[in-house]
Amino acid sequence: MVLTFTRDFDTPLYKGKISVKTGLFINNEWVDAAENDTIDTIDPATGEFITSIADATAKDVDAAVKAATNAFLTTWGTRTPASERGRLLSKLADLVERDADKLAAIEALDAGKFYPHARHMDLNNVINTLRYFSGWADKATGKTIETNEGKFAYTRHEPIGVVAAIVPWNFPLMIASWKIAPALATGNSLIIKPSEVTSLSLLYFADLVKEAGFPAGAFNVVTGYGRTAGQALSEHAEIRKISFTGSTLTGRRIMETAAKTNLKRVTLELGGKSANVVFDDADLEQAIKYTALGIFFHSGQMCAAGSRIYVQSKIYDDFVKGLTAAAQAAKGGSGFEPTTTSGPVASELQFDRVMDYIKSGKEAGATLVTGGERIGNKGYYIQPTIFADVKTDMKIVQEEIFGPVGVIVKFDTDEEALKLANDSVFGLSTAIFTTNINRAINFSNKAESGSVFVNMASLPDYQLSFGGYKESGFGKDMGEYALESYTNVKAVHINTGMRV
Amino acid sequence: MTVAVAEITVPTTGKKISVPTGLFINNKFVSSVDSPDKIDCVNPATEEFLASVVAGSAKDIDVAVAAAREAFNTTWGKHVSGFERSKLINKLADLIERDAEDLAALETLNNGKPLKIARDFDIGDSIGCLRYYAGWADKIVGQSIEIDPSTKFAFTKNEPIGVCGQIIPWNYPIQMWAWKVAPALAAGCTIVMKPSEFTPLTALKLSELIVEAGFPPGVVNTVPSLGSVGGAALSLHKGVDKVAFTGSTVTGRKIQKAAADSNLKKVSLELGGKSPHLIFESADLDQAANWAALGILYNTGQDCTAGSRLYVQESIHDKFVEILVGKAKELTVGDGFDEKVGGGPVVSKVQYDKVWSYIESGKQQGAKLVLGGEKRSSKGYYVDPTIFTNITPEMKIVQDEIFGPVLSVGKFKTEEEAIKLANDTTYGLAAGLHSNDANQCMRVANALDAGTVWVNQYNMLYNNVPFGGKKQSGIGRELGSHALDEYISVKAIQWNYGEKLEWPL
Repeated sequence: MVLTFTRDFDTPLYKGKISVKTGLFINNEWVDAAENDTIDTIDPATGEFITSIADATAKDVDAAVKAATNAFLTTWGTRTPASERGRLLSKLADLVERDADKLAAIEALDAGKFYPHARHMDLNNVINTLRYFSGWADKATGKTIETNEGKFAYTRHEPIGVVAAIVPWNFPLMIASWKIAPALATGNSLIIKPSEVTSLSLLYFADLVKEAGFPAGAFNVVTGYGRTAGQALSEHAEIRKISFTGSTLTGRRIMETAAKTNLKRVTLELGGKSANVVFDDADLEQAIKYTALGIFFHSGQMCAAGSRIYVQSKIYDDFVKGLTAAAQAAKGGSGFEPTTTSGPVASELQFDRVMDYIKSGKEAGATLVTGGERIGNKGYYIQPTIFADVKTDMKIVQEEIFGPVGVIVKFDTDEEALKLANDSVFGLSTAIFTTNINRAINFSNKAESGSVFVNMASLPDYQLSFGGYKESGFGKDMGEYALESYTNVKAVHINTGMRV
Repeated sequence: MTVAVAEITVPTTGKKISVPTGLFINNKFVSSVDSPDKIDCVNPATEEFLASVVAGSAKDIDVAVAAAREAFNTTWGKHVSGFERSKLINKLADLIERDAEDLAALETLNNGKPLKIARDFDIGDSIGCLRYYAGWADKIVGQSIEIDPSTKFAFTKNEPIGVCGQIIPWNYPIQMWAWKVAPALAAGCTIVMKPSEFTPLTALKLSELIVEAGFPPGVVNTVPSLGSVGGAALSLHKGVDKVAFTGSTVTGRKIQKAAADSNLKKVSLELGGKSPHLIFESADLDQAANWAALGILYNTGQDCTAGSRLYVQESIHDKFVEILVGKAKELTVGDGFDEKVGGGPVVSKVQYDKVWSYIESGKQQGAKLVLGGEKRSSKGYYVDPTIFTNITPEMKIVQDEIFGPVLSVGKFKTEEEAIKLANDTTYGLAAGLHSNDANQCMRVANALDAGTVWVNQYNMLYNNVPFGGKKQSGIGRELGSHALDEYISVKAIQWNYGEKLEWPL
């Protein structure tokens, strides 16, 4: 029997009651997982139990695929005209807007976010993304191509069919919306697996999809572990495409599995170790603020976190001073208290990982400029941490930490900065601070990353493509380019007069 | 000075709908600055007076253009994001949906078309049109272009063209309003709208929704006016960057001339048509007859795309004409508030006289009348379905756009002859063909000189498919993504950050 999780919030930043069904959402119905196991979901601010969610396995994925396939062939796909698909997405955006406060509270609780950030960044991005792609639904045209008089040739942009998405725990609903919106706009049926750490917001969202009027099976949610539910999605012969955002390790596994099974199409948005480069002609105060945002926002749990900070020697000391002050101004606390400025990392597992990296940095001989310790003894809070005097081969410089830990390095020349910035197997994002336009454009041209931000931190924009170079993955979320990931192009040649 | 609000009663429900009668400028309804003239609106089904509205003068156009310019320079144009424009246009669509019943009643009262058609088609499609362009507003992207990346950066910006004069006709008042307003707003332009002097009521009612939706003052202005006054003033105005017109070819010429004589403003025209409808012998005759009936009788033939010249392959001509006459007889023509009615009167006395004079000329020039041709004795500007056969090319009813439910039917032997007959017109708005031979469909569709070719259908338009004329049926396209081009001016920015110039060269 599918249970409902309810909670009454009475906090300075949010008052209200929320309720979330904690089953699997398949064919517009709430069902228990076939094997009836559950997973505990924990409040990262306190380490305390919130509720249990369903633990889906291959059997449940099968049921979801059946529902999705049936919808695609009968009620969804191109059987729902494009303008109607757009209309449904627009309605869904309206419903998310109606319930935005509730969804933000659920997200803040489950993912350890500061409530105002969840409401004004995460939820606004979800609403905008849904609305943006609702507009694309009836505009994704193919082409007619003039070849010769005896032939009529054109391309069709078709939905792929049943597609899957696996999304992470750092911006649970926001990143989910980056997959949901283009997938549904183009007419695909979708099965989405949120992280087992942060499933609640997507479960609430599922009821809104039904309320908006999407036909049963067009949208399905299976909650569970990556190694079971996620693996089942990657293997399934009837799923024709999978979109994944998460760690590089898991991304590789998914791609391998796809290759070994039905060669389903894959897009991966993986990790990053993004460079944040500050030149001596930058607006120092703004550069410090943006750099702090870039590595400490949401406790550094951002794939595009500017975790390698390169500062030109002339301003290095002042910059370090400023960044240290920003780091130390952080006040840990409940996401529902207005004085909180620093949240926890999302889980105990993540906490252990980040603390291990900090330990490795200390052991490797890097200088701890600030931070390095746990905050308090309840919840997974880590002090904003900066290491200096690092060597390129250190783990803390090479690997993605996904926590509030940055390394800071001094450089002298433009050439050196570029070399250092590009010296990574990753290529998700680069941020550069300078008031010299020639330098900014030149650097942007040569940066080996899928996004470049000039005089700002890596803050995604729903109108612009976002996706990595190199081992940060391939395929784009957001912007018009995202449509490609959910589209099959078919070329049609019609003989209108040639004879053999 | 407060401007009167007219109360118009819906005959079937007794509900009173209020319609502002002033000029809509800067989000307010105002009197004319210098003219006492009024425009009287009449119900074409009953010939009864509905309401009087202020008739805008050339000076009023000045005021409206100034308001539109101010808004373009401050709160709209480059000062409003695509996101915000999208939001407002979507809100407007929602409000029209909310008020669909009242708007439909007004449309039926002023234009005569059946209520259910006004509500479900005219207004339904108009809502879809606004939503379609709302979706484009934040997707109007330029190009980044490679020159030499180590020294230069070139890119384009799709800027809104500016203040747009929009002049719309009386056949689809609400829908023509939506087709113009939606892409212009999506692109960031501001508007001075001149609705037809025959059917200004719904444009004024819609102006109330512009305010309620939250558009800043001056973004949309509505100035009912005579074509020769307000339309001419807009076309000649040096402060208007672009004029969009739907109406007769005669007036379209005047507008283009005025644009050339004044400030070379950009012009888009959607003009008349004398669209050919071809029936080949392999066609499904019953279906083709349904589409042919739709093609000339929908909206009482008052459609720029009306399939008003029907050419039937000789081998099936007589049989097809018989079926078609039967179909036409099935249509009930009467008052738009009558549930049984599928077609209404023509819009005005002027149109009524014009259409009947064409019917007389058809008789006089020797065409054979197989249906209609007799005036009703009761009130209302009614023209019943009229079909002429045995036509010859030089007849007026074959050459001229009649804009009424009057069909001229001819015959052809071969495909080549059909194409020749079809293309033998100065117009080029639409064409239709019915055939079960796919290769023939392709060949003929390629050969027809028309902006829209309908294969095995007629008259169906969609918000995401472009529409417009070839030859003297017009310039530019509406609907689809192409409509945005009419409201955009491309700026190329070429940025040097690395090239140093040697001087002298």
